Amino acid sequence: MTIMPLTVPKWGLSMTEGSVVAFHATPGDRVAAGEELYELETSKIANGVEAPASGVLRRWLAVPGQVLPVGALVGILADETVSDAELDAFVAGFVITDSGPGAPDAAPEYRSIDIDGLSIRYQLLAPAAATGAPLVLLHGFGGDLHNWLLNADPPAAHRRVYLLDLPGHGGSSKVGGDLAALAATVSGFLRALEPGAVNLGGHSLGAAVALQLALSDPSRVLSLALIAPAGLGERINSGYIGGFLRAGRHRDLKPVVEMLFHDQGLVTREMIEDLLKARRIDGAEAALRAIASAVFPEGRQAVDFRDRLVELAMPVLIVRGAEDAIIPPEPFAGLPGNFQVETIPDCGHMPHLEAASAVNRAIAGILR
Amino acid sequence: MATKSYRQALNEALAHEMRRDPDVVIMGEDVAGGAGGTGEVDAYGGPLGVTKGLIHEFGAGRVIDTPITESAIMGMAAGCAMTGLRPVAELMFADFLGVCLDPIYNQAAKFRYMFGGKARTPLVVRTTIGAGFRAAAQHSQSPYHLFTSIPGLKVVLPSNAYDAKGLLIQAIRDDDPVIFLEHKLLYDTVAEVPDEAYVIPFGEAAITRTGKDVTVVAMSRMVHFANEVADRLLAERIAVEVVDPRTTSPLDLDTIIESVSKTGRLVLIDESANRCSVAADIAALVAEHAFTALKAPIRLVLPPHTPVPFAPILEDAYIPGPARLEAAIRSIL
Amino acid sequence: MQLTSDELLRAYRTMKSIREFEERLHAENATGDIPGFIHLYAGQEAIATAVCFDLGTRDHIGSTHRGHGHSIAKGCDIRGMMLEIFGRRAGLCGGKGGSMHIADLDHGMLGANAIVGGAPILAIGAALTSKVRGDRTVAISFTGDGGSNQGTVFEAMNMAVVLKLPCVFVFENNGYGEATGASYAVGAPSIAGRAAAFGMPATAVDGTDFFAVHDAARAGIARARNGEGPSAIEATAVRFHGHFEGDAQRYRARDETANCRRSMDCLSRFRGQVTQSGLVSPGQLELIDAEVLALIDSAVSGARAAAPPAIDDLLTDVYLAY
Repeated sequence: MTIMPLTVPKWGLSMTEGSVVAFHATPGDRVAAGEELYELETSKIANGVEAPASGVLRRWLAVPGQVLPVGALVGILADETVSDAELDAFVAGFVITDSGPGAPDAAPEYRSIDIDGLSIRYQLLAPAAATGAPLVLLHGFGGDLHNWLLNADPPAAHRRVYLLDLPGHGGSSKVGGDLAALAATVSGFLRALEPGAVNLGGHSLGAAVALQLALSDPSRVLSLALIAPAGLGERINSGYIGGFLRAGRHRDLKPVVEMLFHDQGLVTREMIEDLLKARRIDGAEAALRAIASAVFPEGRQAVDFRDRLVELAMPVLIVRGAEDAIIPPEPFAGLPGNFQVETIPDCGHMPHLEAASAVNRAIAGILR
Repeated sequence: MATKSYRQALNEALAHEMRRDPDVVIMGEDVAGGAGGTGEVDAYGGPLGVTKGLIHEFGAGRVIDTPITESAIMGMAAGCAMTGLRPVAELMFADFLGVCLDPIYNQAAKFRYMFGGKARTPLVVRTTIGAGFRAAAQHSQSPYHLFTSIPGLKVVLPSNAYDAKGLLIQAIRDDDPVIFLEHKLLYDTVAEVPDEAYVIPFGEAAITRTGKDVTVVAMSRMVHFANEVADRLLAERIAVEVVDPRTTSPLDLDTIIESVSKTGRLVLIDESANRCSVAADIAALVAEHAFTALKAPIRLVLPPHTPVPFAPILEDAYIPGPARLEAAIRSIL
Repeated sequence: MQLTSDELLRAYRTMKSIREFEERLHAENATGDIPGFIHLYAGQEAIATAVCFDLGTRDHIGSTHRGHGHSIAKGCDIRGMMLEIFGRRAGLCGGKGGSMHIADLDHGMLGANAIVGGAPILAIGAALTSKVRGDRTVAISFTGDGGSNQGTVFEAMNMAVVLKLPCVFVFENNGYGEATGASYAVGAPSIAGRAAAFGMPATAVDGTDFFAVHDAARAGIARARNGEGPSAIEATAVRFHGHFEGDAQRYRARDETANCRRSMDCLSRFRGQVTQSGLVSPGQLELIDAEVLALIDSAVSGARAAAPPAIDDLLTDVYLAY
């Protein structure tokens, strides 16, 4: 094996730097591809960074607490056969090639489109040449398109990836609605931008919207990725929904958001601030309340699609956190062979943030 | 969402609220400018351009150019606020409160209490603060410490364009009298500001830098200095937490104390005054409520006990700046 | 303008209520049971009554430290006022304002005001509300001869003219600003003349003549309601009591107040005018006298018996939300 640099990854379009929190491997360790090597933190999220390949960790080139730009060298993976002199030469000659601040794709590009009178904000990540069908990702209740910051880049290497803000959320029109209404808006979005069939993914409320859409318009959906999905049972943590709607200040919102994660240390100040910024916009809170009362009335889920899952013929992935405190994972029985269910240990309601690599791998496995 | 200046963010806030509520009116010297002149209307659009263009949308009946008589402006604003309007009265420079303190201090601030809770005075006084404008002793002060000490008033100090818009909308919707202090040297600073109306609640500090080694409390323009120093010190692995209270009344003391409890060290940088400053007040509160959390003396970075001087070399020395802040931080590490 | 007998009786009841209220306070204050300072309006009743006579509840007035008369004339509850002056929780301001801050926004009373010259700048604000909303209400400010010299008052008059605000500036010249004579402290030959110089109509009237004040007020109010802008009235008056209760008044000649009471009492003058006209009988007035007396008696005994504020009231009503 030649020298494999470990560099600061770019999570989401606005990330320019990250700080190393802790190392999980020591120089000299033999590590496997996918093994978590160190913890990196940005102002928005903290996450483990995995080994891109198997090999021997030869050096760490940063210290915990150090802030590094995206693309900077954190460590080196190489075989024992590579000499220290070669490593020295590699480090000396290393140039950051990934985009840093000021690079063309450093600024998030938001677009918006009018769907049946609603303004829908979205981001499009497009590769130079797409080899796969597009992927459309729908965030959960109270979230927005930024929730996919750890998940959008890998599939975008091969296909167009659309991240959109559901009505009432993020930068979209502040209008509420039930699952059918939300799905109709997403359907309109697809008609306008991707007339062909797409891969559809969603988290929580977004997964229920995706399910609704796949059931009502199956020919449009090539695959379905459901992350900690709503819509597959009656139970939901009403304390979370109510608490989220009530909390208008950082101090009150933080413990509510922490319920989403098994590792509550992942909740950053900026994550809370972003949520507050979104809901403080005129009409946002009312829209969220309208959605909550339609989709989660009286502390339960209004729609349970479990009886209809057999209608789905496309590949369906269900990823759940074993420690999900919002929608407790329900046991499934008798799912058809086109269903793949993954339950991630030590993970809460946000597997796509808390166990991003595992979720990304699972999603990659069903994309068409 | 787009990048907007502090000035534009404030202008948007005013326009949003004037569209939303016909009771919102703006009054002050040259808020349009040109009334009674031989040239253009809206020639100034506010002495520093914040109210530019509003007269064209809302008319001279709601964007009211007044004589240069601050007592009558503030008194009229207090009077119309207590009878149902939501005035935004502009006091061109906070220094001028010397000629119009009474309607604010003795009237608007006290109506509700004096009248047994029966008055509602949704008054906003927009005014400018800050040295560094080469405008000398009567156009450069930052007397928010005076307002902060007055019960009945809320005191708002936006440090950036995003906060400016959300806090001004909150101020206009607020049913209590609010003193809204804009720093003259922040008008051209930019930030991401949503196009929609949004509110930032009063009494909630922002943490603009997180860190574990020392807490810096800063307001208004001083937040920029604090951020600058925090970024610089990070290269030395000194992690500075910067707390911007955003409103000094109400004050989010909980967030400050939480931060100090984590860092054990507190430096305050404050442009208001050398004596009886907001920094001194917060320092006293922290000493009273979190003394055992402190690992080092509290440091204050303040202007000297002098008027604001004119000559640039003197004025620059007057302003509490990043170099003094950095030295203060180092002195307690 | 000719008033009906019912209107005359209404005016009399207001004037008599003010007189009894003030004279009774004078007596009650001597017991030491009223906290703080009170400034009595006795002698000036015709002015407050005549100016407020044609005002509706939605019209506004701003008052002075000598505000009991204005409050009663504008329709404030007399029992509530008495409770307030005694510092009781059930008072108009919950016992937090006292004599110098009696206000009743539900009745368009923007507050007595312990800052001399405080009312005009607030009244122009109320007038601006009227103008912006186009609701044809008016705002009146009451100011004494002492207050008439304040810069804030000049600023208010200029602003009202510039913005053509629906308001009337009423100056009650009772000859003294505290212990200093108006003849000394008012530099201009007349307060009305000074107001006129700001560019508005201004009239000087005898403030002991209800009808003269009423005619002037009616004209100013009509002008304001019609959107024609502000005007001013200077009403000369007499102060039966000192600046404050307890004032030994050594700055006044020994017989001055007695002479005033004898020859310049607006209430006796009114009584004479209306009974001589035959529109009102002395018996009708005596009936009102008895009713007013009973009301004031009951207001005082009620106030004496009422509870003070709860100690927790100290911290409430500073903000609507904080």
